[in-house]
Amino acid sequence: MTPNPYLWLIPVLPLAGAAINGFFGRQSSKKAITAVALMFCGAAFALALFIALRFSSAAAPYSFPLAHWIRSGTFSVDFDFYLDQLSLVMMLVVTGVGFLIHIYSVGYMWDDDGYYRFMAYLNLFMFFMLTLVLAKNYLMMFIGWEGVGLASYLLIGFWFVKDSAAAAGKKAFIVNRIGDFGFLIALFLMIKNFGTLDFPALFAKIQPLGAETAGAGLLTAIGLLLMVGAAGKSAQLPLYVWLPDAMEGPTPVSALIHAATMVTAGVYMVARSHMIFERAPAAMTVVAIIGTLTALFAATIGVAQTDIKKVLAYSTVSQLGYMFMACGVGAFSAGIFHLMTHAFFKGLLFLAAGSVIHGIGGEQDMRKMGALRRYMPGTFITMGIATLAIAGIPPLAGFWSKDEILAKAFEMSAVYWLIGVITAFITSFYMFRLMYMTFGGDDYRGAPAEDPHAHASHGHGHGNDDAHGHHEPHESPWVMLGPLVILAVLSLFGGFVGYHDHFQHFLDPVFKAGGPELQEAVQEAGAKTREYLLMGISVLVAGLGWFFAWLLYSSKPELPARIAASFGSFYKAVASKYYVDELYAVLFVKPLINGSTEILWHGVDQGVIDATVNNSADAARHVSDEARHMQSGNLRSYAGWVAAGGALVIAYMVWMGVR
Amino acid sequence: MVPLSYYLVLGGILFVCGVLGFLIKRNIITIFMSIELMLNGVNLSFVAFAAQWHSLSGQIFVFFVMVVAAAESAVGLAIIIAVYRTRETLNVDQVNLLKL
Repeated sequence: MTPNPYLWLIPVLPLAGAAINGFFGRQSSKKAITAVALMFCGAAFALALFIALRFSSAAAPYSFPLAHWIRSGTFSVDFDFYLDQLSLVMMLVVTGVGFLIHIYSVGYMWDDDGYYRFMAYLNLFMFFMLTLVLAKNYLMMFIGWEGVGLASYLLIGFWFVKDSAAAAGKKAFIVNRIGDFGFLIALFLMIKNFGTLDFPALFAKIQPLGAETAGAGLLTAIGLLLMVGAAGKSAQLPLYVWLPDAMEGPTPVSALIHAATMVTAGVYMVARSHMIFERAPAAMTVVAIIGTLTALFAATIGVAQTDIKKVLAYSTVSQLGYMFMACGVGAFSAGIFHLMTHAFFKGLLFLAAGSVIHGIGGEQDMRKMGALRRYMPGTFITMGIATLAIAGIPPLAGFWSKDEILAKAFEMSAVYWLIGVITAFITSFYMFRLMYMTFGGDDYRGAPAEDPHAHASHGHGHGNDDAHGHHEPHESPWVMLGPLVILAVLSLFGGFVGYHDHFQHFLDPVFKAGGPELQEAVQEAGAKTREYLLMGISVLVAGLGWFFAWLLYSSKPELPARIAASFGSFYKAVASKYYVDELYAVLFVKPLINGSTEILWHGVDQGVIDATVNNSADAARHVSDEARHMQSGNLRSYAGWVAAGGALVIAYMVWMGVR
Repeated sequence: MVPLSYYLVLGGILFVCGVLGFLIKRNIITIFMSIELMLNGVNLSFVAFAAQWHSLSGQIFVFFVMVVAAAESAVGLAIIIAVYRTRETLNVDQVNLLKL
C-alpha cells in the first residue's frame, strides 16, 4: 500500500473552514465568511483533483496512517485514510459537487441572518463526508457516518424557529439512529469474529470464506445489519420517511446532503462491503428487493406531489433504490456509476428548483408556478437537461448508468428489470410533469406583487423573502447559475465515462478482487443484441413517460383532475404518501409516546424513582418534625433533657453495677 | 467519724436541689445560683472522698472548681446584666430569640 502524504488534508481542510467560520463567523463580514468557506472547500477539491491526477491504478490502494486511536489487546483502530478507486470516485464527487453547491449557497443564502452558521455547517458536513469515504476502517467510517447525520440534522433544522423544520430535523436524526443501531451491531459482530475493522485486513480474513448458500450465517447477519444501517442513511424502505421531511432545510442542503452525497453513503457502504455481501446471497437478495421496491414505491408517490422539492425528494429515494438494486444484483460498479451521475443531475435538479423558489419568492407549490421558462431561461435549460438525464434519454448521464443497472438486473432476474423499467417510466413521467407544471404553460399562476408575507405558510423558502418585493419572477444571479451550468455539462457528458464499460473496468480492482466465484459473464451470442434491445425498451419507456406528461400537463391540462377523480381513494392514498407516516405514527410513535408517558414517565420515573426519593425525604421530614419538639428553644427544657440524659446514664451504670 | 455515705447523700441532695431549681425557676439569677448549688454538691463529694482515701487530689480539684466557678460567676453576672439591659427582664422564658 503506497502512502500518500496529502490524503489526510482533504477532510481536514473543510474542518478548518468550519472551525474558523463557526468560532469567528459571527463577528466577520459576509465577504470574509464567503472567502473562508469557499477557500477551504475549494482547496480540498483542488487537492482531490491533484491526487486524482497522480492516481495510478497500479499503485492503488494508497493509505495514510495519521495516528493511533484505540489499542486494546490485539484489537486496534487507527486514524487511517485510505484511497482506492472507489473512494477516489466518491472523493471527487463529494468535493466537486460540494464545492459547486458551496458557491451556489453564497447566492442563495446571502441575505439570511444565519449565513455564517450555514457556511460553517456546510464545511463541517464536507469534513464528515470525506472522513466517511476516505476511512480505512469501519469505525472511522462510522464517525463520518454519524457526523454527516449530525450535519444533516443541523442543516434540516437550520430555520429552527419554524416548528416543522425543527421536527423534521429530529425525525431525520431519530430514524437514522435506528439504522445506525444496525450498523453498530454489525461492527460488533466483525470485532468479535474477525478481530479487526480495517478494510484490507478484514477483507483478507473474509476472502477465504465460502459463500453462505444455505441461508443464514455470520456474514449474512453482518450483511443484513449493514443493510439496516444503509437503509436508514440512504432512505430505503422502511426507513425512508425522514428524507421527504428533510426538505424543510434550505435548498442547497437538499441538493448537497439529501440528494448528491450523504444519502448515497449507504450505497457506498454496501459497495465497500461487497466482500461480505458477495458471500451472503440471502443478504444480497434482501438488498436487491428493498432497492427495487423502494424505487417503485417512492416513484409512485412522486407522481402525486405538488411541492416541487417533495417530488425531487421522492425521486431521490427512488433513484437510491436503483443503486441498491444494482448492489443487490452484484453490479456494485453500476451502483456507484449511478451514484455519480445521480449526484450530478439530482444535485442540479435541486439547485435549479432552489433557483426557481428563489426567483418567485419562496413559493414551492408547483400549482402556483408556470410559464417560468420566459422568466428564467437559464434555470429552465439546465433543469431541462437534468430532467432528460434522470429520465434516461440518451446520451445523457442518467441513461448510461440506469441502463447499466437495468441490464445487470435483467441478468439476475427479469422481475427486477421489469419493476426497474416501470419505475423508469414513472420517473420520466413525474419529472416531465414537474417541468411542464413549473416552466410550461402560458401563464404564471403565482400571485405577483403581493404582500411579502403572504408566503408565510411556506416559511422562508429562502432567506431574502423581504429583500425584493415579489414583483416578477426573475432569473437568479450568476453565482447561482454558474454551478447549474457546470452541473448541466456534467449531466450531459458525465455518462460517457461508462462508455464501453470504462468506469466499470476502472473500479474492477476494488470489486473483482477475489470474488468467491468470479461469475465470468457467459458471453452468449445474443448478449449484445439483448443489451441493445433492453436499451431500446428503456429509452422507449422514458419517451412514453415524457409523452404522457406532455399529454396530461401541457396538451390537455384538464385531464389530470379527471383521472385523479376517477381513481378516487387510490389517488388520495398516493397523494398522502400511502399514509406511511400515519401508519408509523399508529404503529411506533404513538405506542412509544404512550408507553413512555404511562409506563416510563408516570410509572417508573414518577412512580418508582421520584417516589423513592420523595418518600424517603418525606419520612425524614416527618421524623424530624417530631424530633424538632425536643429543640424548643426553651432553655430549661434543654436542661431538662440534659438532666434526663444524665439520669439515664447513671441509672444504666447503677444497673450494670448491680448486675 | 461520720460515714462517707452521709456526705455523699448530702452532696446528692444538694445536686438534685440544684438541678430541680435549674429546671423549675424562671429567674436567671436563681438559675445561676442553682448551678452553684450543683457545683457545691459535687465539691462536697470530692472533699468527702479525699478525706476517706487520704488523697489531696480531691481537695485540689475542689479548689480548681471554686476558682473556675468564681470566674464563671463573674462572666455570668456580666451576661445577666447585659441581658437585663437589652431585654428588661430576667425571665428566661422571655429570652427566646433563638426559638423557632
